[in-house]
Amino acid sequence: MEGKLIVVEGIDGSGKSTQIHLLEKWLNYKGISVFKSEWNSSEMVKEITSKGKKKGLLTPTTFSLLHATDFADRYERNILPLLRAGYFVLADRYVFTAFVRDIVRGCNPDWVRKVYDFAIKPDLVFYFKVPVDIAVDRILVGRPKLKYYEAGMDLNLSNDPYESYRIFQGRIIDQYDSMAVPESFTVIDGTLSIEEQQRTVRKMIMPLLPHMISSRK
Amino acid sequence: MKLKQKELRDRTVEFYGHGIKHLQDIEIKGRLIVIEGPDASGRSTQIEKITTRLEANGHAVLNTGLKRSELVSKGILEAKQHYDLGRKTLALFYAADFADQFEYKIIPALQAGYIVLADRYIYTLIARNVVRGLDRRWCHNLYGFAIKPDLVFYLEVEPSVLIHRVFQKNLSLDHYESGADIGLSNDMYESFLIYQNQIRREFQLMQKRYGLIPVNGNRTIAEINSDLQNRIDQYLNKVMR
Repeated sequence: MEGKLIVVEGIDGSGKSTQIHLLEKWLNYKGISVFKSEWNSSEMVKEITSKGKKKGLLTPTTFSLLHATDFADRYERNILPLLRAGYFVLADRYVFTAFVRDIVRGCNPDWVRKVYDFAIKPDLVFYFKVPVDIAVDRILVGRPKLKYYEAGMDLNLSNDPYESYRIFQGRIIDQYDSMAVPESFTVIDGTLSIEEQQRTVRKMIMPLLPHMISSRK
Repeated sequence: MKLKQKELRDRTVEFYGHGIKHLQDIEIKGRLIVIEGPDASGRSTQIEKITTRLEANGHAVLNTGLKRSELVSKGILEAKQHYDLGRKTLALFYAADFADQFEYKIIPALQAGYIVLADRYIYTLIARNVVRGLDRRWCHNLYGFAIKPDLVFYLEVEPSVLIHRVFQKNLSLDHYESGADIGLSNDMYESFLIYQNQIRREFQLMQKRYGLIPVNGNRTIAEINSDLQNRIDQYLNKVMR
């Protein structure tokens, strides 16, 4: 594959989107062709998922399959062709998000992994690790209401959305942690300053840059 | 003395793969009967007749089919019109549609003791995907959440006979059902024959694996119906007590 695939993972409020944004700017600055793809962002699928989400109709299986549809659309339409064309593809969440969320929702882990087994292995996966309380506080600042699925309300963890959200995110962290070694995540301490995290990210990316560019200051 | 009314026996469900966690231990009274076969093979006519007959015998019957979920059926049609969808994307979309109906219609009806008559099931979806080049194992795993039906009939019709039935019904060949999206031939007539033969071959492979019952669909409606009805009656007699 000509291009490179860089993935950021972590729970909401872990700071991963900020980091991938800064990474994108840096690569652009270096004149590298970059394409960013966000989880659950396919226009085609979005309308349909949001309809089902509003009605609170999704089961763990349909939830999983609709997100897989979204991913497949972005993968077949953009990610794979752009990688082949030599782009740096930055993915704000990748198959690992599906693994952790679907497994927490009760889907069979082997089934989910096989559904996504067409997806190419990333060159680097950054996992932004933060304690659940810090991430939850970051998310909840200035946000009075949580959405139904976002809070994991479909899991019947608690009748209180905030409490449910906390438990749900905690379980997702456990899943991420268990994947970190087998999936060779590069773990970044998400409680460090933004600058410090970005320095580590860029240092890790350096060896992937084309020789001409990486040797330039 | 009056004989006690016979009824269907309870049973547990069996999945094709890993299944669905919260359905693992359910007991159902109903039965799932599937009619598979290409377009214009006479599926819906047969389903109508069988439904009438089963209802006359006092069974509650639910009809289901593909692309009928509340969640995504409209989405699939819209998406097909406006976007050029990738094959995996479309395959997953159909799976979501199927899963929605499976969990919200089929399972509850089976739990309530209905005989569910399904106009197509996972087999058509798998065959279409495989013919379009998707990995066979991937396709089978995708539907590992589905339960094994009690009876699956496959109406087998010679593609050369089938094409005339399609013309009688619609006067034209359907884009997807002719495999026109895969570029098999510039000639739609030939494309249809190649595509239907490939689908048929895929069904033949699944016959053993899934225990599909091939039914000669080249015969008249009445002949096919009495064949199907006999087999269904035989089966139901066995599982009633």
